[in-house]
Amino acid sequence: MTLNRRDFLKVSGAGAAITLTGCSSQSSSKPAAKGKPHVVVVGAGFGGATCAKYIRHWGPNIDVTLIEPNDKFVSCPLSNWVLAGIKDMNFITRGYDNLPKHGIKMVKDYVTGIDTDKRVVKTKGGASISYDRLVLAPGVEILTNTVKGYDAAEAAGKVVHAWKAGPQTVQLRKQLEAMPDGGVFVMSVPTAPYRCPPGPYERACLVAQYFKLAKPKSKIILLDGNADIASKKALFTWAWNTFYPGMIDYRPNNAPFAVDGNAMTVSTEFDQVKGDVLNVVPKQRAGEVCELAGVRNDSNKAWCTVNFATFESTTVPNVHILGDSVLSNLPKSGHMATNHAKVAAAAIVELLAGRQPDPMPVVANTCYSATSDSTAGFVGDVFRLDPEKGYVKQAGGGATSQGAEINFTYAESWAENIWADMLS
Amino acid sequence: MYNKKTTLALAGFVGLALSGIAGAADMHTQVIAATCMSCHGPGGNSVGAAPGIAGISQDRFVKAMQDYKTGKRPGTVMLKLAGGYTDAEIEAMGAYFATLK
Ligand SMILES: Cc1cc2nc3c(=O)[nH]c(=O)nc-3n(C[C@H](O)[C@H](O)[C@H](O)COP(=O)(O)OP(=O)(O)OC[C@H]3O[C@@H](n4cnc5c(N)ncnc54)[C@H](O)[C@@H]3O)c2cc1C
Repeated sequence: MTLNRRDFLKVSGAGAAITLTGCSSQSSSKPAAKGKPHVVVVGAGFGGATCAKYIRHWGPNIDVTLIEPNDKFVSCPLSNWVLAGIKDMNFITRGYDNLPKHGIKMVKDYVTGIDTDKRVVKTKGGASISYDRLVLAPGVEILTNTVKGYDAAEAAGKVVHAWKAGPQTVQLRKQLEAMPDGGVFVMSVPTAPYRCPPGPYERACLVAQYFKLAKPKSKIILLDGNADIASKKALFTWAWNTFYPGMIDYRPNNAPFAVDGNAMTVSTEFDQVKGDVLNVVPKQRAGEVCELAGVRNDSNKAWCTVNFATFESTTVPNVHILGDSVLSNLPKSGHMATNHAKVAAAAIVELLAGRQPDPMPVVANTCYSATSDSTAGFVGDVFRLDPEKGYVKQAGGGATSQGAEINFTYAESWAENIWADMLS
Repeated sequence: MYNKKTTLALAGFVGLALSGIAGAADMHTQVIAATCMSCHGPGGNSVGAAPGIAGISQDRFVKAMQDYKTGKRPGTVMLKLAGGYTDAEIEAMGAYFATLK
């Protein structure tokens, strides 16, 4: 079940509501007397920036405030390309300058408190901002304390995750460049669910690509917390065998529980491996701000459960959650986060206008992974919301089993277009 | 599958999609169209190697999508995606993209 009883009743009234209001939206604007409705969006990443933009597009009478601490957007997609030296940080860094042109009020701050009864957000900078509807798109919190010794080793600069693009991406690139030929790069994959299922395997491809050109005697040990390659298995197996034979030592069922930054070792239940560069990616959960709103409500208190027609929390009214923080069968990708954002933006506009949102939206995932410096593969799937079953993958989709040059070109094009769709 | 009430609600949406009220695409169609823009650029105007889709005729759009569905037209990711949409959705998306500049 994805709809609770109240939502179901809303949905079942949809047909009638449309007949009454579909022709003249101005006759059914927000019933409240206090003027324009106000939506506050937390986080200007894939989900948040897209949602803010599309709310303004579809609901020009709605005020939108977007809160984000960073000056610029740094994209995780294509950050593995930076590690391989195919692109630089400038390329994956984009400004927020165009968002105010859509009438979005940008607030450079960090949300530190949420009162969901009074509908007020509090920030580190001391602001109190009230909302009619709140959108949380904070990405993931990386649980570094689940790996013993991680925090100390990270502080000493001996281990990074680089699972949020930014300074750690730069640091990891430098470490790879400084590594001697014949060195060992140790990387780990967290147990699912985690941000970007194919991301670790793409990273292994692209680091191997770099080694092949710059330091061909080097090796990669890939410690996977999962029982098998968690995404695009045929594609990555093809790439490792074709381009990097003997370079990638893949070890499934091998989640790290400890890191030692002095000895430069990573320990799992079965192995203790020593590396020159350590890239341990710990387990994750919904961004911290979700805890503040009380919406990290799945059985492990790790992810947020939502009504998939609106992305509103199943437990806290007027709070919508987007992107990686959501618990669902949809992959945790930037592409998917922007789709959540579009469905939620449309639903929020309809709800604030007193209309019923579409009960059965259709979304798609398109996710490219580079397999070398000139080839890539992809997965493409359409998902249709079934009110009983959640998002159902439609027939005909799937992943490529080999890389191709055309898809490398399209992967870059995808990035340019999705960044433009969010930010331009 | 769907129960009766949901089906009725859905019929409301489809009815709206087909009736073309005020000449504007219904939200179901607009949201699908918006999801296309992640690859085809804001408003359907690509800033990369992928083709733009703003302003293409409905006929051309529908034929391309149907040919991707059957595999008659060569392609890449569209071969995986086209089959996920109903004929009515493809018609409605085509009508909408034709209005974009
Ligand atoms: C190496 C790697 C490669 C990837 N490759 C791809 C790819 O090729 N394709 C793809 O589709 N996806 C890819 N992804 C996944 C993609 O990056 C994520 O799925 C996506 O970023 C999720 O979007 P989001 O909106 O949930 O979070 P984010 O994009 O992370 O945005 C969250 C934002 O919220 C802000 N924030 C957090 N807390 C607060 C707070 N309290 N107050 C205010 N602001 C806050 C943050 O500063 C951040 O800007 C990749 C990820 C990685 C790590």
